[in-house]
This record gives sequence, C-alpha cells and structure tokens, in this order.
Amino acid sequence: MSTFLPPLAGGLLIGLSAAMLLLLNGRIAGMSGLVAGLGRPRSTRWLADAAFLIGLILGPPAFALLAGHWPAMRITASLPVLALAGLLVGFGTRLGSGCTSGHGVCGLARLSPRSIAAVLVFLATGMLTVAAIRVLA
Amino acid sequence: MSAALRSLAALAAGLPFGLGLALSGMLDPARVRGFLDVAGAWDPSLVFVLGGAVTVSGLGYALSRRLPAPVLETRFDLPTRRRVDAPLLLGAALFGIGWGLSGFCPGPAVAALSTGAIPVLVFVAAMLIGMALHGLLRRSGGSELGVGRRA
Repeated sequence: MSTFLPPLAGGLLIGLSAAMLLLLNGRIAGMSGLVAGLGRPRSTRWLADAAFLIGLILGPPAFALLAGHWPAMRITASLPVLALAGLLVGFGTRLGSGCTSGHGVCGLARLSPRSIAAVLVFLATGMLTVAAIRVLA
Repeated sequence: MSAALRSLAALAAGLPFGLGLALSGMLDPARVRGFLDVAGAWDPSLVFVLGGAVTVSGLGYALSRRLPAPVLETRFDLPTRRRVDAPLLLGAALFGIGWGLSGFCPGPAVAALSTGAIPVLVFVAAMLIGMALHGLLRRSGGSELGVGRRA
C-alpha cells in the first residue's frame, strides 16, 4: 500500500467527523477546547462534549479490531520531556484558542485569519523545535 | 430528548476522528516528528492527513452555510473573532514547541489513552495541568494574557 493512502483516508475520516459535529450539533471539532470544557460540568454541552471524546478514545481500539493490529505508537521522548511538552501543549492551546484540529482541520476550512496565523506559527515552532533537538543531539 | 440525541450524535462523530487518527499515522509521535523534521529526514506524508481533513471539513462548512440551523441544535456555534492578536500567536508558538518536543497534539494524545501506555498518561495529565494553569491565570486577572476561547 502507498505511504500516502492511509494518511489521506485517515484525513478524510477526520474531516467527516468535523463535518458531522458541525452539521448535527453546530459545534467546532476542536480537541483542546472539548477537553478543557470537561472542567465545566455545569455547561449544557458537557454531556455531548464528553460523548465526542469517548468516541475519539474508542477510535484506536476500533482500528485494532478492523486491522487486526494496534496502530504504531513510537514514543521517543523521556517522561520528564513528555511532562514539559504536555504543559506547553495544554497552556499554549488554551492561550492560542485551539490546536491542530480546531485551528487546522476546522479553522483552515473556514478560511479563518486567526486559524491560518495559528497554524503557520505552530508548524514553524514545531519544526524549529525538532531542528533544535537534531542540532543538540 | 434532544440532549440525548446530541450526545449520541457526538459519540458517532467522535469515532471516525479517533479511527482516522489511528489509520493516518497521527498516533505515532515518531512519525509526527518526522513530519516536522524538515531540516532532516523529512516525511511529508502527513500533509495528506491535513489535506484530506480540511477538504471534507470544508465541504461540511459550505453545507452548513446553506442550512438555517444544525440538525439537532438551534444554532451554529462558530468563533466570531477575526483579529490576530498576541495571545493567539504566543499560545500557538508554545503549543508548537510542545508538539515538536513530544510528537503529540491534544487529539491523538486523548485518543491514545485507549492504549493505556504510561507515557501517554503522563503527557495528558501534564496537558490538563497546563490548561488548568491557563484558567487560573485568567481568573486571577492576567488579562494581559488574553481570554482564551476556542478556535
């Protein structure tokens, strides 16, 4: 199978998910926003947002069931680096109002100027970070 | 009744997201970092994930513009802000650094909780702490950091 086909098919499924959530519930499929929303249990949307995240978590086991093997997951960063990265991702996505899904999948589709700017910036700092690790290692 | 229907719809919508992440290779931090490694052994294949996702998501958005309301809700809840400001850029920059360090962004990290792997639990726990820290700073009057809302 081509290297590009599974990413494309996976991307189409992710886009389908975003389109479903928008057309059925009127919501943006932004993962960082949905996760942060779990901290507001009084919100009228809490149950639906939690249900979306449960569906998300069921995705990899569903893949394993269909494909006969779990998806590859090679984690090279140490636990302290992962903890630091998690803090940056959590704080940064709230401050920046979104992540790869909210700004990338949904914001780019709406041609939102804020999302286009955010995607360019997080791609740039992500690439610079990986390049810096390459130089230092 | 409609709250139950909306939750069921959300559950049904969440599954293809997790399935798509698993199929696409986005759950593999080594591959994601290969995608970001433009100065080294660059693996551009994950461009197709974003391309495919934005295309279908864009079709959904175009269709939503022709509907008076979503099927199960009274109105579309879309971000209205358009100004590119400092909190947006600083937040995106910090997120990118964390993404490059780990190879995880929020969606794949949450989906990967189903593997039960300890490194994933550590990352997601730290991510929740980072989100809570932002909430605390905002509430304690850190208005210069801006008020974070969804994309």
